[in-house]
Amino acid sequence: MKLENRLRTGPTPSLLVIGHDRTNILLDRRAAVVAASAGILVIILMILAVLLGDFPLTISEVMDVFLGRGEALVRTVVLEWRLPRAMAAVLFGAALAVSGALFQTITRNPLASPDIMGLANGSYSGMILALVFLGGSWPMLVTGSLAGGLAAAAIIYLLALRDGLQGFRFIMVGIGVSAMLASLNTWLLLRVDLDVALLASAWGAGTLNSITPATLIPTGFSIMMLLCLVPAVSAPLRQLSLGDDAAASTGAAIGPARLAAIVIAIGLVSAVTAVSGPIAFIALSAPQITRRLAGTAEIPLGATGVVGGLMLLVSDLVAQHVIPLTLPVGVVTVVSGGLYLVWLLVREARRTT
Amino acid sequence: MRTLAFPLCILATIVLLAAVIVLSILVGANPVPVHAVLDAVRGNGSNEANYVIWTQRVPRTVAGLMVGAALSVAGALVQSYTRNPLADTGLLGVNAGAAFFVAVGIAFFGISSPAGYVWLACLGALVLTAVVYTIGSAGGETAGPVRLTMAGVALGAVLSGLTTGLTLTNPDAFERMRGWSAGSLLERDFSVLLPVLPFLICGVVIAALVAPGLNSISLGSDVARSQGVDIRRTQAFVLVAVTLLAGGATAIAGPLVFVGLVVPHIVRWAVGVDQRKIVMGSLLFGPCLVLLSDIVGRIAVPPSEMPVGVVTAFVGAPLLIGLVRRAKATGL
Repeated sequence: MKLENRLRTGPTPSLLVIGHDRTNILLDRRAAVVAASAGILVIILMILAVLLGDFPLTISEVMDVFLGRGEALVRTVVLEWRLPRAMAAVLFGAALAVSGALFQTITRNPLASPDIMGLANGSYSGMILALVFLGGSWPMLVTGSLAGGLAAAAIIYLLALRDGLQGFRFIMVGIGVSAMLASLNTWLLLRVDLDVALLASAWGAGTLNSITPATLIPTGFSIMMLLCLVPAVSAPLRQLSLGDDAAASTGAAIGPARLAAIVIAIGLVSAVTAVSGPIAFIALSAPQITRRLAGTAEIPLGATGVVGGLMLLVSDLVAQHVIPLTLPVGVVTVVSGGLYLVWLLVREARRTT
Repeated sequence: MRTLAFPLCILATIVLLAAVIVLSILVGANPVPVHAVLDAVRGNGSNEANYVIWTQRVPRTVAGLMVGAALSVAGALVQSYTRNPLADTGLLGVNAGAAFFVAVGIAFFGISSPAGYVWLACLGALVLTAVVYTIGSAGGETAGPVRLTMAGVALGAVLSGLTTGLTLTNPDAFERMRGWSAGSLLERDFSVLLPVLPFLICGVVIAALVAPGLNSISLGSDVARSQGVDIRRTQAFVLVAVTLLAGGATAIAGPLVFVGLVVPHIVRWAVGVDQRKIVMGSLLFGPCLVLLSDIVGRIAVPPSEMPVGVVTAFVGAPLLIGLVRRAKATGL
C-alpha cells in the first residue's frame, strides 16, 4: 500500500501561491501519484471483475476472447456482460466525480453536488412517471429519466438566469426545484402499488444491472466527449476557486468558463443517471476524498475522476460478489464511500491533535 | 441588503401565525361547519365535532407549531454555525439516524405506531449526532465547522444507505417507511407530543443563549475569541440545541428537512444577519409555514390527504426561488 505510506508521512505543506510554479508542480505531483495509484487499482479490479462471478473464468480464457478465439459462451460472458458492466462502473464513477468536482469548485461549497441540485430528482421523477403511465419497458424508463433530468436542468437554468448566471443563486434555485421534485417523487411512490414502488426505489438507489453494450456505447461515448472538454475549462476554474474578484483580476474569463463548466457537469450527470438511475454520493464525496488524499487546497480534477471510477467499481464488485443480498450498487456506494470519508476525517483529526 | 423593521416583521408574523392557527382548527379533510367548530371549542359541541376538533385538529395544530418552530430554529443555528447557506437540519445526521432506528424498529422489532417511532427516532438522532460530534470535533476548535459538516454528511450517507438497503430487502418495512419518510402530522396525539415538549423548550432556550456568540463567530474565529466567546463551548451548545430541536421534531413528524433550510433564508432576508433576530423570527415563522402546508395538504387531494412533508416543499420552494431571484443574492 504505497498510498498508505504516503498518507502516514503527513501532508506536504500545500501552500497555494499563484504564479509560483514550484508549488504548483509539487501539488500536481502529489495529485498525480494519487491518480496513478487509483488507476492501477482500477485496472486490477477490472480484471477481477471480468474473472469473478457464478461462472468463474481463468485469465487464459479471457485472453483467448480478446484474441478473437474462445467459446461462444465465454465470449458472451466477457464481452456482453462483465466487461461492459466494469467499464460502465469506471466511466460512470469518473463522470459523477468530475461533475461533483466542477460544482464544488464553481460554488466553493463542499455541499454543492449534482445530487442536491435537482437533476437526479428530475430524472427520478421522469422515470417514475414513465413507469406509472407508460408501462415499465426499459427504453421508456431511460427516455423518461433523460427527459426528466434535462427538464429539471432547463427549469433551474431559466429560474436562475438573471444578469448572467451566479453560482449561489443557481444552487439555491437548484435546491428549491430539487426539494419540490423530491416531494413529488415521495408523493408518487405513496400512491402507487407496493411492488411498483419497490421497483422504482431500486432504480432510484442507482443500479448497474441493466448495462449492456448497446446502452454503454452511446453513454460511454458522450461521457468521454464531455470529459475531454474538462481540461479546457479547468484553468479558469482554478482561479475561480479563489473568489470571483480575484479570478477577474487575474484576467480569467469567469462568465463563459463557469457556464461551460456547469453545462459539462450537468451533461455528465444526465448521461449517467439516464442509464443507471441516480447513484448518490460519489459526486459529493469523491472530490473531498481526493482532495484529502492529495493534500491540496483545491480539488484536483483528473485525480478526482480516477478516484470516482475506482469508488464505483469497488462498490459494484462488493454489491455483486460480497453481499449475499441483491442490492443496488448505489446503496453500497453510499455506505462504503461514507465510511471511507469518515475514516479519512478521523485520521485528519488525529493528525492535527 | 435592505431589511424590514424588526418589530414590524415580528408583529406581522404573529398576526399570520394566529390566522394560520385559527384556519388549522377550522379547515380539514373532514368538513365540519364553522358554528359546529365554535361549539366544540366552547365545550358544547356534538360528539362528532368534538372528536374531530379535540382528538384530531387540536393535537395536529400543536404538533405543527412544535415541529415548525423547532426545525426552523435548528436550521438557523446550523446555517449560522457551519457558515453554509446550503446546510439543513439533516446535515448533522439527525434525520439519517432517526430514519435508520425507525427502519430497524419496524423491520426487526415489529413496531408500527407513531408513538413507537417517536422514541426510536429520538434515540437515533441522539446517537448519531453524538458520533458526528465526536469525529467532527476531535481535531480541536480550528477544525470546527467544515469537518463537522463533512462528518455529518458522511455518516448520514452511511446510515441512509443502510436504511435503503434494509427497506429494499424487506417489503413490509419499505411499506411503512415510505409513509414515515414523507413526514406527517397525522395521529400525533398529546401522549406523543407532551413528552417531546421539554426537549424542544430546552433546545430553544439554548439557541437563544448561543445566538450572540454566533454573531461574533460569523466575523471569524479570531474576532470571536477576542470578544470573549468560547468557541468550543458555543459549538457544543449549538450541537446540543440542534439535536434536541431537530431530533424532537423528526421524532414527531418524520424528516421534514426542507423547513429548516428555507425558513432561516426567508427570515434572514426580512430581518438581516443578526442571529438573535433570525432565531426569534424563525421561531415564529416556521410554524406558519408548516401549519399552512398541513392545511393545504388536508384539502389538496380529497378525499385523502397529502402528507405535510410533501406540501412543505411546494409551499417553501417557490418562496425560496422567488427570494433568490429578487434579492441581491447573498450567502450568509
